[in-house]
Amino acid sequence: MNHLPLLLKREYWEHRGGFLWTPVWITASILILTVLGMLAAEVFRSHVQVHAGFSLDELRANIGANDMAEAGRGLDVVQLMFGGVASIGLFFVTFFYLLGALYDDRRDRSVLFWKSLPVSDVATVVSKALTAVLVIPAFALVVSTAAYVVFLVIATVWAGVHGLNALPAVLAAHPLGIALRIVALLPVGALWALPAVGWLLFWSAFARSKPFLWAVLVPLIALVANAWLGLMGGPHLTSTAQLAAMLGRLLFSIVPGSWIAGGKHFFGGNWAHGDDVLGHLDLGRSYALFATPDLWVGAVAGLALLAAAVWYRGRRIESSV
Amino acid sequence: MSAIIRARGLSKRYAATKALDAVDFDIEAGRIVGLIGPNGAGKTTALKAILGLTDFEGELSVLGFDPRRERTRLMEQVCFIADVAVLPRWLRVGEAVEFVAGVHPRFSREKCNAFLAHTKITPAMRVRELSKGMIVQLHLALVMAIDARLLVLDEPTLGLDILYRKSFYESLLSDYFDEQKTIIVTTHQVEEIEYILTDLMFIRDGRIALAASMDEVGERYAEVMVNPDNVAAARALAPINERTVFGKSIFLFDGADRARLAQLGELHKPSVSDLFVATMKGTYA
Repeated sequence: MNHLPLLLKREYWEHRGGFLWTPVWITASILILTVLGMLAAEVFRSHVQVHAGFSLDELRANIGANDMAEAGRGLDVVQLMFGGVASIGLFFVTFFYLLGALYDDRRDRSVLFWKSLPVSDVATVVSKALTAVLVIPAFALVVSTAAYVVFLVIATVWAGVHGLNALPAVLAAHPLGIALRIVALLPVGALWALPAVGWLLFWSAFARSKPFLWAVLVPLIALVANAWLGLMGGPHLTSTAQLAAMLGRLLFSIVPGSWIAGGKHFFGGNWAHGDDVLGHLDLGRSYALFATPDLWVGAVAGLALLAAAVWYRGRRIESSV
Repeated sequence: MSAIIRARGLSKRYAATKALDAVDFDIEAGRIVGLIGPNGAGKTTALKAILGLTDFEGELSVLGFDPRRERTRLMEQVCFIADVAVLPRWLRVGEAVEFVAGVHPRFSREKCNAFLAHTKITPAMRVRELSKGMIVQLHLALVMAIDARLLVLDEPTLGLDILYRKSFYESLLSDYFDEQKTIIVTTHQVEEIEYILTDLMFIRDGRIALAASMDEVGERYAEVMVNPDNVAAARALAPINERTVFGKSIFLFDGADRARLAQLGELHKPSVSDLFVATMKGTYA
């Protein structure tokens, strides 16, 4: 286990494109669109229809009215928007990273090289799981925070052009506080994501080919089979919605923030618009998740799946492709 | 010297076939063993068992370790090149060196860089940019920089041109091998390695067909080039193989009286490939 830092570095070497450049390009395109929007508005002397999580017009109105607290809150929402946008990319990167983590090297036979080194299967699997729950989110956080800082510079310059001083609004925002809060919430997300991490790594270690099909079809078929058994009056789980939420966690609990409100928003599908996003990131409310069986049952299931992944990593070398 | 590998009743069964059928063998330290057999004879399975890459039945001890349960510790003493060009294509040369240096307690970065200095390989290159021969050079540089007690090579030069093949075995012999080390190598290009081998192991249908040192092979087997008038006499001595070259018959004998053979014609030490062909007769029939 003392090789862990190097093993994590190895994952970064292999997946630089996904871990670093995906969030960079996503947030950079938001910044570019923002600037293009501003320029278009200047040219046509119209209102600024640029809405980067918070309308720039609103920002200008707040600063104009000297309501710096409101402007600062608006900027906080913009910061979360940057994190959220990066998170969408992060989900896809994490999902396919995990599916390939113990499969790609078997497909191209480079597993024979990795296995020729004194690194245990446990250390290998742990390094992949930690990469998914800590390294990838850390990259997304750093990149999106940097993008947000660039945004602040752009917004300040833009406000200055219009004769407004945006600095008090920037000072009224909480960039560091929000970034630290997200860091503090990483363990919640990591524990919550364990079922999906274990599930995807398990199929990655087990499948002789097409880990994606296994990982996605098995829960889907289980769901359909259960509903059909119910229809035919056979033994089945009564609540299809509950089963769907359970199986959904196997695939989607790596979605950043899917743990908010115990997953009820995400897996219940009733995410209300204009919900108090900042409130959901409150540490007290989030850590309350630690007191729920949902989190721990999932974490235990995830660890069991990881143990199975380690077992197959030790025995299954060849893929059939 | 005591055996560093000891197998007793080593068996491995795939669904319908027995890849290894209760095999016993010992490999001593300081030897270069050629493990030679037709396709599907169980060579790779035997190597995989030794390297802890597969389950098996029976007893197997490698450097005192059970490869099934103690693979990680075993790999601190054992190196292998399994197949050609299995280095991951995305890896950079510098990263490969850094990684092996980090995880392997017996790796010498200086040695590795010294080997690489004799090639056209530079640290910033990715494996996918290297030719097959260069990938093998890189892999060999990584492996030779590890002070391992056992090196396992499974078809290490397959598909390489003759320049790379020659230099591969030359560096192995001159820069790596010493009496503290043991090398096991499998290859179909027997004639290229026979002069470096100290021991020979033929494997056929999951069983050991022959296990002997090269000296023993020289004492036991003899090849005689016989003139047409002596052919009947030669056949009477129960040769294990007979072939014809330029009108002369060449007989291979196992354990026949040398003085008697010398009367029939010119005596030779048989080449490993001729011995192999004779031993494996009827394999694909």
